[in-house]
Amino acid sequence: MTAIAPAEVGGREDSAIDRARATPRWLQATVIVALWVVAYQLWKGIDTLPLDGLSKTGVHDSLSGWRDDLIANRDTNVLMQTTGWLAEQFSAMTTWLQELISTPPPGRPVPQIGWLGVVALAGWVGYLMAGWRIALLAVASFLSFGLLGYWEDTMDTLLLTLLAVVICVLIGLPLAVLMARSKAVTAALNPVLDVLQTSPSFNYLVPLFLFFGLGAPCGVAASVLYATAPVVRISAHAIRSVSGTTVEATDSMGQTSWQRLRKVELPMAKSTIIVGINQTMMAALSMVIIAAFVDAPGLGGPVLQALAAQQIGDAFVAGLCIVILAILLDRATTAASVRSENLARKGGTGRSTQDWVALAVGAVVVAVCVYYSRLYSYLAEFEWTTPGDRLSDWVQDFTGWFTSTFDTVTTGAKDAITAAVLNPMQSLLAESPWYVSGAAISLLALAIAGLRAFVITVACLAGIYWLDLWHDAMITLNMTLVGALLVMVLALVIGVWMARSPRVDLVLRPILDAAQVMPPFVYLIPAIFLFEVGRFSAIIAGVIYAAPIAIKLVADGVQRVSTATVEAAESTGATSWQMITKVQLPMARGSIVLAANQGLLYVLSMAVIGGLVGAGALGYDSVLGFSQAEFYGKGLAAAGAIVLLGIMVDRIARQAAERSGEETNILTKTRGPGAGV
Amino acid sequence: MSDAALSVQGLWKVFGPRPERIVDSPEADLPRKELLAKSGCTVAVKDVSFDVAPGEVFVVMGLSGSGKSTLVRCLTRLIEPTAGEVLIDGEDVRTMSDSRLRELRRHHVSMVFQHFGLLPHRKVIDNVAYGLEIRGVSKKERHEKAQQMVDLVGLSGNERSYPDQLSGGMQQRVGLARALAVDPTVMLFDEPFSALDPLIRRDMQAEVIRLHHEVGKTMVFITHDLAEALKLGDRILIMRDGAIVQVGTPDEVVAAPADDYVRDFVSDVPRAHVVTLRWVMRDPRPGDSMDGPALPPDTVVQQAARRVLDSDHPVRVVENGTVLGLVDDVDILRVIVAEEEAVKA
Repeated sequence: MTAIAPAEVGGREDSAIDRARATPRWLQATVIVALWVVAYQLWKGIDTLPLDGLSKTGVHDSLSGWRDDLIANRDTNVLMQTTGWLAEQFSAMTTWLQELISTPPPGRPVPQIGWLGVVALAGWVGYLMAGWRIALLAVASFLSFGLLGYWEDTMDTLLLTLLAVVICVLIGLPLAVLMARSKAVTAALNPVLDVLQTSPSFNYLVPLFLFFGLGAPCGVAASVLYATAPVVRISAHAIRSVSGTTVEATDSMGQTSWQRLRKVELPMAKSTIIVGINQTMMAALSMVIIAAFVDAPGLGGPVLQALAAQQIGDAFVAGLCIVILAILLDRATTAASVRSENLARKGGTGRSTQDWVALAVGAVVVAVCVYYSRLYSYLAEFEWTTPGDRLSDWVQDFTGWFTSTFDTVTTGAKDAITAAVLNPMQSLLAESPWYVSGAAISLLALAIAGLRAFVITVACLAGIYWLDLWHDAMITLNMTLVGALLVMVLALVIGVWMARSPRVDLVLRPILDAAQVMPPFVYLIPAIFLFEVGRFSAIIAGVIYAAPIAIKLVADGVQRVSTATVEAAESTGATSWQMITKVQLPMARGSIVLAANQGLLYVLSMAVIGGLVGAGALGYDSVLGFSQAEFYGKGLAAAGAIVLLGIMVDRIARQAAERSGEETNILTKTRGPGAGV
Repeated sequence: MSDAALSVQGLWKVFGPRPERIVDSPEADLPRKELLAKSGCTVAVKDVSFDVAPGEVFVVMGLSGSGKSTLVRCLTRLIEPTAGEVLIDGEDVRTMSDSRLRELRRHHVSMVFQHFGLLPHRKVIDNVAYGLEIRGVSKKERHEKAQQMVDLVGLSGNERSYPDQLSGGMQQRVGLARALAVDPTVMLFDEPFSALDPLIRRDMQAEVIRLHHEVGKTMVFITHDLAEALKLGDRILIMRDGAIVQVGTPDEVVAAPADDYVRDFVSDVPRAHVVTLRWVMRDPRPGDSMDGPALPPDTVVQQAARRVLDSDHPVRVVENGTVLGLVDDVDILRVIVAEEEAVKA
């Protein structure tokens, strides 16, 4: 330890000195911002390219025209035919599943299997996959869906999610195998996966609903596109990480490559592949919920309606179902992965005799429950939903009381931040002439992140300009930046606190872990509860959504600072404040920049979803795209602009992180904007 | 040598872009760094030829980076050789189709690895049976055979354990049983005991010697440990920078090192335990007494020492009734004193 530490410190100091010799990045950035402010004062309001909500331009019309052409040639266009066929399949599968557990099929008053049967089945599957704890959790969760009054919607969300996950795995595993085997395939797929993961999930809906129509098929298609990337990436990584000696040893015995895959690589990679499936499942769940925007069935619908009607109580109860479902799915797949890891490492036949007996008895119980649930209507339809109604009323009353009591505090905070940060920054970005803002953003990218980021930034800004959505894009960018700023304040304060106090870490970490698996949509509920609909709520929702990952990254980065360095600093008599500002934060710089990257992407995706709850700008343009046919082109352009913004902030932050010497590792990448919108 | 179990002729392995051009070219003789800078290539195996007789234990020895592990992988094309010929039972491995090569790996040649390479998710018995499983042997039959192998390597009672539950030495016994289970004609060992503790290593070496007596396989054994090479090998091939430095029996290598590299290598070997009378005897001189006891030429010096020192006459080294030479006290003492000095140095 003592032998290694001085060298390590020396190495880091060297690179710090290198960095310091060039003009420091922050100084360059400050100069650019100062010049920008001067230019804004001189030319504000000129050439800002504003476009109001209900106007559109030639570019937008030509995009709409493209849509019209596609639809006109529906019968001859191979792509349209293929997606049309797929949509029919998705629709048929969804209907079949729905008639099984959520919606009455024609000629029956209730679904094929009533709630009692489904609850029993859920418990049995939980036991099969992950043991009795998960079985209990599954039974309790499913009962709560009924008690809260959202049985049917939860079943819809669940079955769409599972359907999407099955398709993701069927597509993703073969791709993962190809990627693990071939460098060429990896090189070809990586950029595609990057873009798929960087785009906010909401964004998939506008282009996809053209091909898949409204409703469940579009939801499934969007979920598949959005959620396949994690399982591909993690599985490919898992297969590649299988011990080389074992592969060589078994190759030396003359196995075929199929035998190698089936008997060696897949079994040895299994537990990590399940981690990939977990990530895919959480991503699919969040997409299925957002797909309520295109009328997909499920829990997203009631939340949206309740938010639109200001029924915070109903939104809360439906949101609670989403939260319970997310926790259940996450816990179940995580437990399944841990279990499979244990089986692979510690051995054991997998199941003891008593395990098999339990499963057999369970199967009989399930059969009996299914039978009775088909016999009695009160076992089929969940009738006792009073708790949900009570809860809804209570939350509604509480909200009323809370807002009237703390109105001054919440409005005060909102007004203060709006006046101090939000409005001035928005003026600077959106009310400067477009060429001034564009040049300033590009130069900032150059100063902070280097030449490659500069080139990408210029390209992205050019794309946004061409799409005729400059002004809206600047407003969305502003929300993103302000949100990310708040996220970073939280991340630095709480992250450092966690890193310095194991007890705080112990308390906060499980909460952050749980918060990270929530579909982002639910974060709109508390934000709107506190600050009502509008731009500010969307930003706050984004902050709540992005904070967990950012806090964890900062905490981990600070915790990684070598203890020897910390001790050395302590021995020179540094105060706590000096320790934080002069040792721990500078050495965790890479993690901090990475946290900013994640913060930006997460807040961006929420700023877009927020379009529906009054946040305006690009999100609103998108929503307009699928609500009104004549604005389809504008919606599509907005989706494009959002992708460009996403790529831009991602590349700037990622390359800034690389310059600080921190690789974006595979897991943060896959978590990505990840469990994300 | 058509009766060799394994015959290697002019084998090359060059890593890097367009490796064929390096084979047999003058560039191949450049020092490694120069060649790498010039062509981007590294020569791992350089024009290696040798034959292994059926039932022979052939040891390939060299320091790390000498190319020995690459060499053994070239034999069954786990690494594709760049040039040369590998004949196993008279058939050229390099021209085999994929299916023929699989056939060879499944039935004729098996390998034991330094880091075992066991399947962690399978029980010992299923690890041992893996080779039989992939060639389609029924479960009952392969478990029967695997059980025999488990018993043979002394793991009886552990067949239902998982690899992680076993010690390193026991895991390598599983590797050994797995390689034996397919009943190969040739067994390849890639530094199988290097990762084990010295005491366990000694046990395992004894195990290999015992197995060789019992099953009589042809073995090619890679090691960086000279003591191991001397103990196990019928013949030893010493490699350096991919090329052969010397091939010979253990006593040949110790008594007559081909160059300073080998001499340096064998300098701290207890010579009296390895060198045979053949290497210390001298021609009879006029006046020598021919009345001393007779000993065969492959008697190790240490075994012969007592007889020679006790006898008043020089010991005659006799093979097939012919006297090859004489050994007297001075010759024996020279070996032993040289050894003492080497140890002190």
